[in-house]
Amino acid sequence: MIDTESIPLKTSTGRTLRSEEMVINMGPQHPSTHGVLRLELVVDGEIIVDVVPHIGYLHRCFEKHAEAMTNYQQVIPYCDRMDYIASMNMDWAYALACEKLLSIKIPERVEYIRVIMGELQRIASHLIAIGTYGLDVGAFTPFLFCFRDRERILDLFEITCGARLLYNYIWVGGVSHDLPSGFIDKAKAFCKYFRPTVKELNDLLSYNEIFIKRTANIGILPADVAIAYGCSGPMLRGSGVNFDLRRDDPYSIYDRFTWEVQIGKGLMGTVGDCWDRYMVRVWEMEQSLNIIEQALEQIPEGDVMSAIPKRIRPNPGEVYVRSESPRGEIGFYIISDGSASPYRVKARSPAFVNLSVCPEICKGYMIADIVAIIGSVDIVLGEVDR
Amino acid sequence: MGLLDKQFNNSNIIITSLDSLLNWARLSSLWQMQFGLACCAIEMMAAAASHYDFDRFGVIPRATPRQSDVMIVAGTVTLKMATRIKRLYDQMSEPRYVISMGSCSNCGGPYWEHGYHVLKGVDRVIPVDVYVPGCPPRPEALMEGLIKLQEKIRSESMIKKSA
Amino acid sequence: MSPKEIFDNLKQVFSAEGGSASGGGEAILDGKFEGVLDPYVKISPTKFKEIALYLRDDISLRFDFLMCLSGVDYTKGLLGAVYHLFSMEKHHKITIKVEVPVDKPEIPSMVDVWSSANWHEREAYDLFGINFIGHPDLRRILLPDDWDGYPLRKDFKVPEFYQGMKVPY
Repeated sequence: MIDTESIPLKTSTGRTLRSEEMVINMGPQHPSTHGVLRLELVVDGEIIVDVVPHIGYLHRCFEKHAEAMTNYQQVIPYCDRMDYIASMNMDWAYALACEKLLSIKIPERVEYIRVIMGELQRIASHLIAIGTYGLDVGAFTPFLFCFRDRERILDLFEITCGARLLYNYIWVGGVSHDLPSGFIDKAKAFCKYFRPTVKELNDLLSYNEIFIKRTANIGILPADVAIAYGCSGPMLRGSGVNFDLRRDDPYSIYDRFTWEVQIGKGLMGTVGDCWDRYMVRVWEMEQSLNIIEQALEQIPEGDVMSAIPKRIRPNPGEVYVRSESPRGEIGFYIISDGSASPYRVKARSPAFVNLSVCPEICKGYMIADIVAIIGSVDIVLGEVDR
Repeated sequence: MGLLDKQFNNSNIIITSLDSLLNWARLSSLWQMQFGLACCAIEMMAAAASHYDFDRFGVIPRATPRQSDVMIVAGTVTLKMATRIKRLYDQMSEPRYVISMGSCSNCGGPYWEHGYHVLKGVDRVIPVDVYVPGCPPRPEALMEGLIKLQEKIRSESMIKKSA
Repeated sequence: MSPKEIFDNLKQVFSAEGGSASGGGEAILDGKFEGVLDPYVKISPTKFKEIALYLRDDISLRFDFLMCLSGVDYTKGLLGAVYHLFSMEKHHKITIKVEVPVDKPEIPSMVDVWSSANWHEREAYDLFGINFIGHPDLRRILLPDDWDGYPLRKDFKVPEFYQGMKVPY
């Protein structure tokens, strides 16, 4: 609460002005909230005093469906639809959890295919994040450029599994189809095309003076607050914490490739501001290109599905497995009671946890900065509400 | 000028029916309300981007329901959101149209059986003109839905139909 | 540290005080490490707050990252919460389980220890009905405020109508 006595606003006739707080609703339908999110803003003039997020407008009962399915593989399409922008990574995390429950080892070729698909999906997801972020702060052109480049990645996905957005491709024990002939050449051509495009994007948006003024020194998230709130992914790395699940809690063959973890350094403002989080995503796209190129060179021949029954019946037990999605740490906690359907599946989604830190970092800024801060968190409401 | 360019010689009077003129004006500039709920919203955005351009049909996204003609309900409608959709539909001014995009807003989609919080089809709260199937529908499918809506508008009439 | 060492550490620190004047009863109930994919420690709800503060602040443990908090319906009249913890400094993990009866499901809130527990506890309350004592703002987060029932319990029945809209297909 702002103490009105301490604000000595005087009119020209000498009378003091009184100011009051106002509650403004940034409702479920809003062009800048990236989906159906409701923010209740308590403002004093233009300055934010408090932000109360209301979620649940897209709660689609994923956990109840997972318990009702009669086969572990049938849950994969529902995992796709949770984070629809990065569905390969969602499927991968669930498949990793089921494979740990079954204690099986998957073929080498599958590991390489999953890495290539996961990293291509990471680039596609970051392109949407960057394009819509530019759209939020007022730049329309980067949105069109990012979607143009994303269409090329979607072409690659389409020739492999037939779908553009929700793939149902990474199954428990392997992948559903092998890479078609010509995929490796097309993927290499894409990598060659995309590298200079990142530079074009930087010239267009990242080092643009208006963009820097809108995003630097806004929404500063200190590293200890980020860890206490459980933030992960570019949100955590933008605050300077050198932690990436692909290197520090390894789950696949990432140790066979040379790549670097990108962290925010506060080049344009303070460490942990919106510009840092945005730049971590741009730098991560370049590192993903490195990983993809190395994987395309090293990929061996082999099977794409391990020898598991069509109806999986794991032994009773529980696992918690996490992996690095473009938004952060996606974790699946699965309890199995020995039957063919899971007893309990809990999805720990990164956007849900990253969004919970928003009331902390939004205080004291102006209403227009809220849009920049929410955009830099990169939420996907399908994942927040599950 | 497109359809009218160099079609007439030496005349400056064009005769048509009022219905055709109004319908042609309405269908050529359908402003859509940006209302993406879930995964279908990404395909709607891809349809509006440069690869599958929507702007050549005259469709531009407007943020407010007061200034839009068509609401494309793209994504799953939950019970918590359904009252808000009804309110937004009421705020649109006539003539207004609704395109239901995707399985979830057509009939509940993959969540039809066990979804306790999913509304099984947006037509339980608002009237729908065109249904576009798919999960998610390709941008070309959404365009076909838009073209079907344009055909529907083309056949409308100002004369009230006698019962 | 391996999960067995963490368990022994906790048992040593808390059993010494467990049977004494501070309320009586075992604090550390059980621990399982052999033959499980995910080793866990079962803790009684009454002493949970002290143990959580110890887990976060002790220099050899330093569990400062709450990865996940899940509610579980164990049927047979029991609900539970499972906490997955991780240490950013030491890179070790542990799972903590707490079980409560379904007619009085109360667990102390961990918001003062790990701030990420705020929304996770609201979700567990929303979907299971577990009451977290000391939570600053315990209300529904995913479902509407006037929703009846706790959906992820195994005996939940889908309502026929909600605010005039038919719910089942």
